[in-house]
Amino acid sequence: MTVQTESPATTSEAQAPGTGMRFTNWAANYIDERTSISGAVKEFGRKVFPDHWSFELGQVALYSFVTILISGTFLTFFFQASMAEVHYDGSYVPLKGLEMSAAMASTLDISFDIRGGLLMRQIHHWAALLFVAAIGLHMLRVFFTGAFRKPREINWVIGFVLFILAMGEGFTGYSLPDDLLSGNGLRIIDGLLKGIPIVGTWISYLLFGGEFPGFDIVGRLYVLHILILPAILVAALGVHLILVVVNKHTQFARPGSTNENVVGEPIMPVYAAKGAGFFFIIFGVIALTASLVTINPIWNYGPYDPSPVSAGTQPDWYIGFADGALRLVPPGWEFVIFGFTLSLNILAPVLVLGLFIVVVMLYPFFEAWVTGDKREHHITQRPRNAPTRTAIGAAGVTFYAVMWAAASSDLIATHFKLSIESVTYALQALLFVGPIVAYIVTKRICLGLQKKDREIALHGYESGRIVRLPGGEYVEVHEQLSDYERWKLVSYDDYQPLMLRPNKRGKITVSERARAAVSRWFFEDRIAPVSKSEIEASKHH
Amino acid sequence: MAEQDSADTGTAVEKHEVPTAAPGTAVVSSDRVENPGFEPHRPRVSDLSPEKEKQNERRVAGLFFASMIGAVGSIVAYIALPFEPGDPASVQLSNMLIGLGIALSMLGIGFGAIHWAKSLMANEHAVEYRHPVRGTEETRARAVEIFQLGNKESGFTRRKLIRNSLIGALAIFPLPAVVLFRGLAPDEDPVELFKHTMWDTGVRLTRDPDGTPIKASDVTIGSAFHVIPEGLGESEHKLEEKAKAAVLLMRLKPEDLTVSAGREDWNYQGIVAYSKICTHVGCPVALYEQQTHHLLCPCHQSQFDIKREAEVIFGPAKRPLPQLPITIDSEGYLVARSDFEEPVGPSFWERSL
Repeated sequence: MTVQTESPATTSEAQAPGTGMRFTNWAANYIDERTSISGAVKEFGRKVFPDHWSFELGQVALYSFVTILISGTFLTFFFQASMAEVHYDGSYVPLKGLEMSAAMASTLDISFDIRGGLLMRQIHHWAALLFVAAIGLHMLRVFFTGAFRKPREINWVIGFVLFILAMGEGFTGYSLPDDLLSGNGLRIIDGLLKGIPIVGTWISYLLFGGEFPGFDIVGRLYVLHILILPAILVAALGVHLILVVVNKHTQFARPGSTNENVVGEPIMPVYAAKGAGFFFIIFGVIALTASLVTINPIWNYGPYDPSPVSAGTQPDWYIGFADGALRLVPPGWEFVIFGFTLSLNILAPVLVLGLFIVVVMLYPFFEAWVTGDKREHHITQRPRNAPTRTAIGAAGVTFYAVMWAAASSDLIATHFKLSIESVTYALQALLFVGPIVAYIVTKRICLGLQKKDREIALHGYESGRIVRLPGGEYVEVHEQLSDYERWKLVSYDDYQPLMLRPNKRGKITVSERARAAVSRWFFEDRIAPVSKSEIEASKHH
Repeated sequence: MAEQDSADTGTAVEKHEVPTAAPGTAVVSSDRVENPGFEPHRPRVSDLSPEKEKQNERRVAGLFFASMIGAVGSIVAYIALPFEPGDPASVQLSNMLIGLGIALSMLGIGFGAIHWAKSLMANEHAVEYRHPVRGTEETRARAVEIFQLGNKESGFTRRKLIRNSLIGALAIFPLPAVVLFRGLAPDEDPVELFKHTMWDTGVRLTRDPDGTPIKASDVTIGSAFHVIPEGLGESEHKLEEKAKAAVLLMRLKPEDLTVSAGREDWNYQGIVAYSKICTHVGCPVALYEQQTHHLLCPCHQSQFDIKREAEVIFGPAKRPLPQLPITIDSEGYLVARSDFEEPVGPSFWERSL
């Protein structure tokens, strides 16, 4: 194009473009001669992105994050992160004259005295809820399709860090208004911190700047919320996206898609239009929700006071699993050893959650060790074609879900007219039994679906057409699949259990034995993909 | 690692001939079904019918116009609907209409752009080739060479004294930054602070929040009072003190109470006072069941039996709620006999020391 020519003016004249085009050419040339940006356009302008609905989940997270940044910036212009005591003098009559912190008073001012302020608060809060939800679903998509395999293990870990940061952002933001609900949340955090052995007392004391609640915590959480955590989050997000570009996006096994190519839409223009359009839709849907549905009505809760609390209090949904884990601890898990108090009723759930999180984070490395597969994988798997992984995932989801449900144990009890004790006991049992049942059922379903796929790939699908044969027999005609339709069913990675063999020194190491055992657990029940010769054979029937 | 040899041959170039990676336990079969290649392209309605193409064009533009209407509408709502003082409904209406306008302006652009992309922009497959993520052998060799040059020219592995002292300095230099954070909290010892509350001998029990003292005769059987120490309102650290000193006051029939040795005079004619701060993680144990005399913490459902000195009967808490010893003063008002005899609230490491 003209950008690369020596004298754009002559070329423009030759094509006789209109004024707008002349300006575009001039501007493009001007910028390129100073930034060499044409190289980036050449490199990325027609970069191809595969298309699948599940690939949009990460985009939902990204766009809701942008929405959070925009609405949050607006809020910072009005919010006062101070716990200085003031007498509320705003428009909301029921709280008029009450003593509260400047943080709470300014949040009420945003809600009742600044036009559009309540809207922005609600956009910010709804977008935050969507952000964490979208990250969670995005992670489930990546997990269940095996998109974390080489070369994307590191990006899985980075994504994980983003998930933790998002929850941290959520919690710090939730605590800022200094209302009754968030104050009780902070009180629980204070209790958790104090339960940490050896250093817990000091961590709580330093964080709160003295005794709970003190005068510092809102200001400190504010710095975390609007400066430190977002800075880390944006940096990690940048690396996350750069690695998506470097590794190129995964794709499903559609006809023509291979491990060596990317098939999809070029950034200019289709993907850019869809992506930008999708951002506006996400923002629009959040704005629509925020206009119509109230969230976090702090004016109903009132300012923080250590004495009152309302029944049926709930954290934001993504903290629920942690709160639920605390609730499921049986009585009596606290011990005094040599005069030191060991609060296992706090430590155990914290450790279980920590372990759960670490296991999820390290899973890609574990699976790589089991399969020993060092190849790059760019074709995403259908969950059924990795039955053991899918079953493990289902077990993990169930474990999380039980803890999450436990955060509402009191509401479950009141709504269904059960005793809180029986609900708790049931959830305690479910925490252990649920994942096992989910594992077994999911694995069986996956294997069943694989068998069905095999059947359809070999013998076609039921056409619904019943034919009476000359002998009087009725049969249903099976319709063969086309090669394109069959491809989805037959093209998947297939692994067999590891055969134990001595290494070069003639020894079978312990780790190799362990690997063989795990490998057997993974791949013993194995439905091999339909092969070429099987299809040939089936055609001759 | 100091060995000259190992420093020379980085592991990065050990395997010169690795272009194909090991498949591990994957079954690599020569009998695989072959990829059938791309399906023939199917044209869309708007590719075939100029009429439909025109229609879609109008739809996209229509959506963009709707967006403009939404944005303008939002501004109109902002100006035309000021807040009426003292009328929350006007706040609600203004926010809702501003928001709906913004939503329309966003959704108009969003749906318009996507409809444009899906129905009118070229939709032939684009294909790009992947290359292994690892650098080419040449690049990697050069990278290793650069590190070796850096090592050689600086003498990083050769001059061990310099290297080790540098590592030492780098390990120690951040420590002052850590120490500075001691200033996050005042100079007092937190353990001492956590162990004491405002309650002391003769401090009157007063109602939360108005601070009026309570006569023993006010406390009838079955009633519960939320209590704060007298003078809390004048305290400099009101919330901090309240977070430790909040107390629940209840009256039971004296014969219903189980009283352990040494606590015989802690209640006054069946009136008992217990810390309101849960011994689990510190929520206020605010729910009192009059019939059973159980206290329930709404946060994590720990339950305490007041008849048996607030013993835990359910939930994650371990310790009973600390009891505040009480009696009456000369005017008949309820007063504390002393501070709590143990720290209130959640457990901490040094609690029992």
